Amino acid sequence: MAYSEKVIDHFQNPRNMGSLDKNDKAVGTGIVGAPECGDVMKLQLKIGPTGVIEDAKFKTFGCGSAIASSSLATEWVKGKTIGEAMQIKNTDIVNELSLPPVKIHCSVLAEDALKAALADYLKKNANGTPVEENEKAKEGVQ
Amino acid sequence: MKFPIYMDYQATTPMDRRVLEAMLPYFTDDFGNAASRNHAFGWKAEEAVDAAREVLAKAIGAEAREIVFTSGATESNNLALKGVAEMYASKGNHVITVQTEHPSVLDTAARLERQGHRVTYLQVKPDGIIDLDVLRGAITDQTILISVMAANNEIGVIQPLEEIGRIARERGVLFHTDATQGVGKIPIDVNAMHLDLVSFTAHKIYGPKGIGALYVRRKNPRVRLAPLLDGGGHERGMRSGTLNVPGIVGFARAVELALAEREAEERRLTRLRDRLRDQIMSGLDRVFLNGHPEKRLPGNLNLSFAYVEGESLMMEMKEVALSSGSACTSASLKPSHVLLALGVSDDLAHSSIRFGLGRFTTEEEVEYVADKVVSAVTRLREMSPLYEMAKEGIDLKTVEWSEH
Ligand SMILES: Cc1ncc(COP(=O)(O)O)c(C=O)c1O
Repeated sequence: MAYSEKVIDHFQNPRNMGSLDKNDKAVGTGIVGAPECGDVMKLQLKIGPTGVIEDAKFKTFGCGSAIASSSLATEWVKGKTIGEAMQIKNTDIVNELSLPPVKIHCSVLAEDALKAALADYLKKNANGTPVEENEKAKEGVQ
Repeated sequence: MKFPIYMDYQATTPMDRRVLEAMLPYFTDDFGNAASRNHAFGWKAEEAVDAAREVLAKAIGAEAREIVFTSGATESNNLALKGVAEMYASKGNHVITVQTEHPSVLDTAARLERQGHRVTYLQVKPDGIIDLDVLRGAITDQTILISVMAANNEIGVIQPLEEIGRIARERGVLFHTDATQGVGKIPIDVNAMHLDLVSFTAHKIYGPKGIGALYVRRKNPRVRLAPLLDGGGHERGMRSGTLNVPGIVGFARAVELALAEREAEERRLTRLRDRLRDQIMSGLDRVFLNGHPEKRLPGNLNLSFAYVEGESLMMEMKEVALSSGSACTSASLKPSHVLLALGVSDDLAHSSIRFGLGRFTTEEEVEYVADKVVSAVTRLREMSPLYEMAKEGIDLKTVEWSEH
C-alpha cells in the first residue's frame, strides 16, 4: 500500500513528538489503544489559564498512519481553545492525510486520544483551581 | 549497493538468469503442445517435459511418473487435501494438520470442514515444532491424511518429517507435506521420510511464477486423488490442462541449480543470517527471536522488536523490502496466525519482522540492513509511549488499556 505524501511527511518529521509532565496540573494526558491491537497513542496538552492549548505533545506505538494522525492532531490543537479542540473530528484527519479505509481506525484513535487528554485536564482542574479558570474551561466545552 | 534491497526471499525470488535462458526457446521456436503426439513440435515439448519431470523426481528421491505439474503450491495443496478427502471418503473423514500451515492448506482444510470432514489443527511448541506425542494422540481410525509443512514460510522452522512419516506409515495414514519452502533448501526424500504427497513451487527457488508440482506416490501405497479440474486428462488424469512447457523447463533448471549449490549456499546463508541477527541484537535490547534458533531455514530470521510496531518499522526502512506479522499490513486486524500459534503475545506479533535472505543477498547488504534496523528501532522507540512507560518501570501487562 502506498502512503500519501502527508503521511510520509508527518512520519518522517513528526510535529510535537515528546512528553509533557503528566503531574503538572495544567497538563491533560490521554492514552488510548492497546498494545495487543497494535496501536497505543499518548497525547498531552498543556492548557493555559485562559483555556487555550499552549503546547501539545504525542508519542505513538503504531503504524505510519497512526503516527501521522497523532502528529497532525497535536499540530492542529495548538493555539485552539478547549472548545475548538473538541470540534476536531476523525474525518478531518482522514481527509487531510488521505487515509485509506483500513487506516480509518488510526484517525479514530487520534480523536479519542485528544478527547481523553481534554477530559483528563478537566478532571484534574474540576476543583481546587481558581473558579474563573475552571469556568472558562467548562465554557469551552460547550 | 543497489536500492531497494530485497530481503523477502520467502515471499518470492528473482528468477536466475540461467533459468531464463533455459526457458526462452520454449516460448518461441519450441512452442509445441506436449500432448501433440503426431508431430515434431509436440515431441520436442514432450521431451523437455519428460526431462524436467526426471529432474524434479530425482530431487526428492521419487520417480518421474509420480510428478504432477500444477500452477503452483497453492494448487498442489488444494489438490492433495481435496483430492484425498474425496477419494478416501469411504475410508474416513478425519484430516490432521497444523495451526502454523500456509493459508492454502488451512483454508482448504476449513472448506473440508464445511463439507462435513473433521479437521484437527495441531498446536506447536513455543519453538514452532509440533509435538510428536500430540500427533500420535490425534490419529483415529477415521484419519485419512496428515498434512505437515516441511518449513514454515514466516519463521522458517523445519518440522521433523522423518519422524512424522514413520508415525503416519505405522498407522496407515497418508502423509502430505507442503515443501514449498523446503525443496532445494533442505534435504527432502520421499522414501526416507515416508512421504505420500509433496507440494512445491518454482518461484521460491529462483524459477518462474505460476508453475508448481505435486508428488503423488505410485506404490506402497498407491495414492489416488480426485482431480480439481476436469478436462483432457493430462497428468494421469489428476490435472487436466495444456502443460506450461517453458515454466516446467524453468522449474527443473531452478531445482537443478538449487541442488547443485545447496550445501555451499546453506553455509553462506547461515553465516549471513547469524551475522544479521548478532549485529541487530548487539545494538538493541528487548529483541526476540521467533521460532527455533537452529531448526530453521538458513535464509530466515524472524524477530520481534518490543515497543515498535512492525509496519512503522518497515516504513522507516523503506529502502529495504521486508515482511511483518503485524496486522496493520493486512485488512484483518489479527496479527500473524503463525506467531500467535507459537504463543507469542499479540503485541510482539505486531512488532515482528521477517528477514528473508537468498541467493543474491550480499554481506554488504546484511551489514547495511543491520545498522538500519538498529537506528530505525531506536528512533521509533523514542516515539513509543510503551518504551517510555517500560523505562519508567511500568509493567505494561498490568496497565488497563482501552481496547478499541
Ligand atoms: C509454505 C507455502 N505454501 C504455499 C505457498 C503458495 O505457493 P504458490 O505461490 O506457488 O501458490 C507459499 C508461498 O506463498 C508458501 O510459502
